[in-house]
Amino acid sequence: MKKITKVVAGALVALALPSLGLAQNYDDPAEFAKSLAQLSATPMGPEGEPWLQYLEDSMVDTSQYAKDGPATVCFSNAGVNNAWRVVGYTNMTEELALHDNIGEFIHLDAEGSDDKQIADIDDLLAGGKCDLLIVSPNTTAALTPAVEKACEQLPVIVFDRGVNTDCPVSFVHPVGGYGFGIQGGQFVADNTPKGGNVLMLRILPGVDVLETRYSAGRHIMEDAGLNIVGAEFTDGDNAKTKSIVEDYLQRGDIDAVWMDAGATAVAAIEAFEDGGYDIPVFVGEDQQDFLQKWDALGLTAIAPTYPTYQWRTAIIAASRVLKGEAIPGPEWVLPQPAITQDTLADYIDVTMPPLHYAMCGCEGMANYPQAWGGK
Amino acid sequence: MSLAPASEKPGRSRWAQINPVYFVLLALLVLIVLQNPRFAEPTGYMNFLKRAAPLAILAAGQLYVIVSGGFDLSAGSLITLVVVGSSMLTNNDPNATAWVIAVMYAIGVVVGCVNGLVVTVLRVPSLIATLGMMISLGGLSMMWSGGSPRGYLPDTFRFFGRALIRDVPVIGLLPIAVIVMVVSGLLLWLLMSRTNLGRMIHALGDNPRAAQLAGVPVLPVRLSAFVVSSLSAVTAGILLGGFAGVSTDVGTGYELQAITAAVLGGAQLLGGRGSVPAAIAGALTLQAIFTLLNFMGFPQPLRQVVQGLILIAAVGLAAYRKKQGAG
Repeated sequence: MKKITKVVAGALVALALPSLGLAQNYDDPAEFAKSLAQLSATPMGPEGEPWLQYLEDSMVDTSQYAKDGPATVCFSNAGVNNAWRVVGYTNMTEELALHDNIGEFIHLDAEGSDDKQIADIDDLLAGGKCDLLIVSPNTTAALTPAVEKACEQLPVIVFDRGVNTDCPVSFVHPVGGYGFGIQGGQFVADNTPKGGNVLMLRILPGVDVLETRYSAGRHIMEDAGLNIVGAEFTDGDNAKTKSIVEDYLQRGDIDAVWMDAGATAVAAIEAFEDGGYDIPVFVGEDQQDFLQKWDALGLTAIAPTYPTYQWRTAIIAASRVLKGEAIPGPEWVLPQPAITQDTLADYIDVTMPPLHYAMCGCEGMANYPQAWGGK
Repeated sequence: MSLAPASEKPGRSRWAQINPVYFVLLALLVLIVLQNPRFAEPTGYMNFLKRAAPLAILAAGQLYVIVSGGFDLSAGSLITLVVVGSSMLTNNDPNATAWVIAVMYAIGVVVGCVNGLVVTVLRVPSLIATLGMMISLGGLSMMWSGGSPRGYLPDTFRFFGRALIRDVPVIGLLPIAVIVMVVSGLLLWLLMSRTNLGRMIHALGDNPRAAQLAGVPVLPVRLSAFVVSSLSAVTAGILLGGFAGVSTDVGTGYELQAITAAVLGGAQLLGGRGSVPAAIAGALTLQAIFTLLNFMGFPQPLRQVVQGLILIAAVGLAAYRKKQGAG
């Protein structure tokens, strides 16, 4: 019954979106080309510290925001409702300890709700305590007016997902969804014979950073002459993922599996293992469980990342703005490395939790690994 | 509701002597093999049986409640609770599997008893009583897991749902889940058709008033039916957790699939008639339909449409046949 409701709701949303003018273009050739260029660009900034690096050579002056003495930084967070955000938020709190000029840090968790996040931002503005606001938006269109309103009162830093306005001081983000899709798609194209069968597994429809991963990956693999046998939604659920892969295996051979996120990659691999099939070319993500499985089974695989170190960068940007130092902007584009066979060993750590995201840039921080759940 | 099991009525046409679900299942299996010859190999049909095992066990357990004249809608959310609870309790310790499984069966007994008591003592219709239980157990799983799948099930736990015995003579490989299905099926069949309890469950479902007057102890018999259903849900949960690991969505919809399977096997809704082997055959039939739709390339949501239509058709057909038999 729950599923039927979901389908109906999905259909209604799909019907409603275009008429409201909210339909976004998730398949933009210009954005694709820009991301492709950024992936191979040489980053500026200190080597070995990607959370401080930037790919676009443009700075914004922030001297007008300089503040003497400890400042109060407020953070409106879309949620800490998945493992990626848990790792990111840990990075953030650990980074905070490194900045003397941030006195108080007020965090409001929107628990994945647009409405709550809009109300949260209102509350923070009304409270009048904030010297700077960091926003990680739940969805792009819904949060744009709230962010615009905040910009009128105080400096704003947006990171992770974006908003449709350039009023924030800077928008901190890695290369993005197209980049993620390109890295995985290109790896599959390079390692699968022409005409090979590719199964694409996606979490859910309608999220911009996931839609762009899909469109970019699909383009590259289709252009390489691969045969996309299916694109299925898994809801990020292990049981569903494994069943879907088993269903496809019964229908015919699969030469590669492309995923838009790696949390259920191990379940997908198990479907091949348990059925006695050779494990094909795999695109996962930087979760420890996938990296360890890849290593143990000697897979042909790649792990594109959406680095959680951007949560550190948001605090660093806030701290610099409050000192009046120039920061990369209006977009601070961070490098977005993929983990490959050559670098795999550097990221495996069996003492970390299975869903720890290895590209965290957090190994050198004071409370690593305990604060991230490691032993 | 009939006063006596329909099968005892004289004058029924001969084609109705054997439960038609077996013919339907056979026909579907032939169609599947024609569609995809790989299915006839051990990896094909053993994977099929492995996938069907949780539903088959659940349908056989659900049958007890259906024959006694009720429904158990809480089975699916109990499955989810077993998977989520086991991952929280085992806490990555392979040695914890044995006691965690014992705890899960204990939870199953409690859930079954509460369902049975609410239905018998408070006289809440089973549809409502177990719907309430379904919602409560769903909330409990959410609270326990914090709302998102976390944690892992150790390999010792996943053994039952995942492991295979390889190099078996003739059939090549044998999933542990299939052994669990056969053993559970045999136990549930014996309990239903060879014991006094089974006869009393039939009597109670057929005509509660008459059964009570004839001295059937209503409370313990109804309680037993709900407990058997809950225990089968725990078993299905252990297999499903083993199959794919932790998932907060794993049991969703299973209660309706189990009822559909039991009805496909000829069980009479509102009680009095039903057989364990036929309910298992009903589960295999449902799984075979899903498999066939999959081979034909139909998307997953279509399965739900088909499942709903089958449920309506099966009940409609049963009602039609009863009318024919009575007339």
